[in-house]
Amino acid sequence: MLNLSLKELSLALGSKKFTSVELTQFFLNRIKKFNSSLNAFITIDEEKSLAMAKKSDQLIQSGSKSCLTGIPIAQKDIFCADGWKTTCGSKMLENFIAPYNSTVIKKFNESGAVNIGKTNMDEFAMGSSNETSYFGTVKNPWNHDCVPGGSSGGSAAAVAARLAPAATGTDTGGSIRQPASLCGFTGLKPTYGLVSRYGMIAFASSLDQAGPMAISAEDCALMLEVMTGYDNKDSTSINRKKQNYTNCLDEKIEGVRIGVPKEFFEDTLNPDVQKVVQEALTQYEKLGAKIINISLPNNFLAIPAYYVIAPAEASSNLSRYDGVRYGYRTKEYDDLMDMYFKTRQEGFGDEVKRRILIGTYVLSAGYFDAYYLKAQKIRRLIANDFKHAYEKCDVILGPSAPSVAFNSGEKQEDPLAMYMQDIFTISTNLAGLPAMSVPAGFIKDLPVGLQLIGNHFEESKILNMAHVYQQNTDWHLHKPKGID
Amino acid sequence: MSIKKEEIKKIAHLARIKVSQEELDQVEKKLDGIMTLIEKMQEVNTESIEPMSHALDIDQPLREDKVTEKDIRDKSLSLAPHADKDLFIVPQVIE
Repeated sequence: MLNLSLKELSLALGSKKFTSVELTQFFLNRIKKFNSSLNAFITIDEEKSLAMAKKSDQLIQSGSKSCLTGIPIAQKDIFCADGWKTTCGSKMLENFIAPYNSTVIKKFNESGAVNIGKTNMDEFAMGSSNETSYFGTVKNPWNHDCVPGGSSGGSAAAVAARLAPAATGTDTGGSIRQPASLCGFTGLKPTYGLVSRYGMIAFASSLDQAGPMAISAEDCALMLEVMTGYDNKDSTSINRKKQNYTNCLDEKIEGVRIGVPKEFFEDTLNPDVQKVVQEALTQYEKLGAKIINISLPNNFLAIPAYYVIAPAEASSNLSRYDGVRYGYRTKEYDDLMDMYFKTRQEGFGDEVKRRILIGTYVLSAGYFDAYYLKAQKIRRLIANDFKHAYEKCDVILGPSAPSVAFNSGEKQEDPLAMYMQDIFTISTNLAGLPAMSVPAGFIKDLPVGLQLIGNHFEESKILNMAHVYQQNTDWHLHKPKGID
Repeated sequence: MSIKKEEIKKIAHLARIKVSQEELDQVEKKLDGIMTLIEKMQEVNTESIEPMSHALDIDQPLREDKVTEKDIRDKSLSLAPHADKDLFIVPQVIE
């Protein structure tokens, strides 16, 4: 059960080699064994998971089974799941039991997938190391001294340590791709609007997008088929025909034009990571792809613009945590104002407070034009860079993160160093493009991820590129030591 | 441009977050670093550029004003830190 792909698990369940209850119990046992050291999960509920598995077994028995029926999936604790504690990694929501299902959870439930638990994450998805979580740091299964990346760090550790066959994540500035890179598996952030944000706790609404985190591109394609689709409960959901993402995986990549942006290979990139990416490019050339040099001249402005736009949206989104309707409320207060101030001081962690303050500042009277409007104009420049690039190439390739996993605590006191982790991922969120991270090698036993960026709605193209690469390499199949 | 303690107090008030006197130095230092990073934006001329507020050009969809989720009052109230019957309870606001 440990080494099977989602497709193989589905076939085994269909041919009654094992039941969903057996499979679910197998992964629950693994979680019991490894979670105390990794801290990948915030909430585990054996009873609920096994009840779901039992139902899935009935579906399989009755012959009405789809591709994920009976398969346990770890859910990032940002997705509201009816009756499950949903914390978003914050003290503010420590005891919040979601009263309804997010669309993502609803879709997994309808497909008969089993919720195996809610995974740890940076508080309100703000972070690149999982160190801002109120529920403690998560360890990188490849090296317990290192961070797993973030914000979807719990999902990342769970997939890498095989505590679940696959997991969900969300990506506002790189929160699926950077942890996938640091933990050595495949993760995909879809085109903005492809996966519904309904019931997904909001950080920066114009950038947030949910996506799959799994071992291979094929696994991600199967997950994506369940997760996508128009939803009238999300006003930014895109109304277009639902796509099949598995059909095109094996298409020939001969003649595909890979754009390589020179800005991704400057001094911010670790030379060893650069070498790994170069080797991947050589591999693609051997497979018949054409390498085209391109430029994304405004990429250096992506982080500055992001740290205006994302905090601005966050400051507005997080105003709902006021201690009145749900979530944390301070114990002692004199009046309403005092209650607000103390509730938010005590309920939010430092990084979240910093971003709310920055967001409030850039939106405040007198600064709006200089910061918020300026950032929105730069967002346009960045999106235009990609538009021009895609006139010359079909996909864009580069590193997912500037380095391999770093030590816990190393960047915790320096927000700016932490923000640089997302230097290659943020621009695609600003432009709304789909992008994925694919394992491409190791540096001193720590995984390195390759980033493939597609044009809008071209998930199929990057999945195809990733799948063909994975048919010719086995980087994605390497496992951390000590997890068997 | 740097951000000063007085300004931090002002925005903290707007954001309804209490920042204690002891925290102020650290907050100032870190926010100032972030503002310096953001300042890089001023290096480019964006005069004739149309601001982009959304990743894709879509219109705001409209729907009929109809109740879709029924009878969620009790469930919703059960999540409140302090509720009484069908009300959220907050400290007295009006004398």
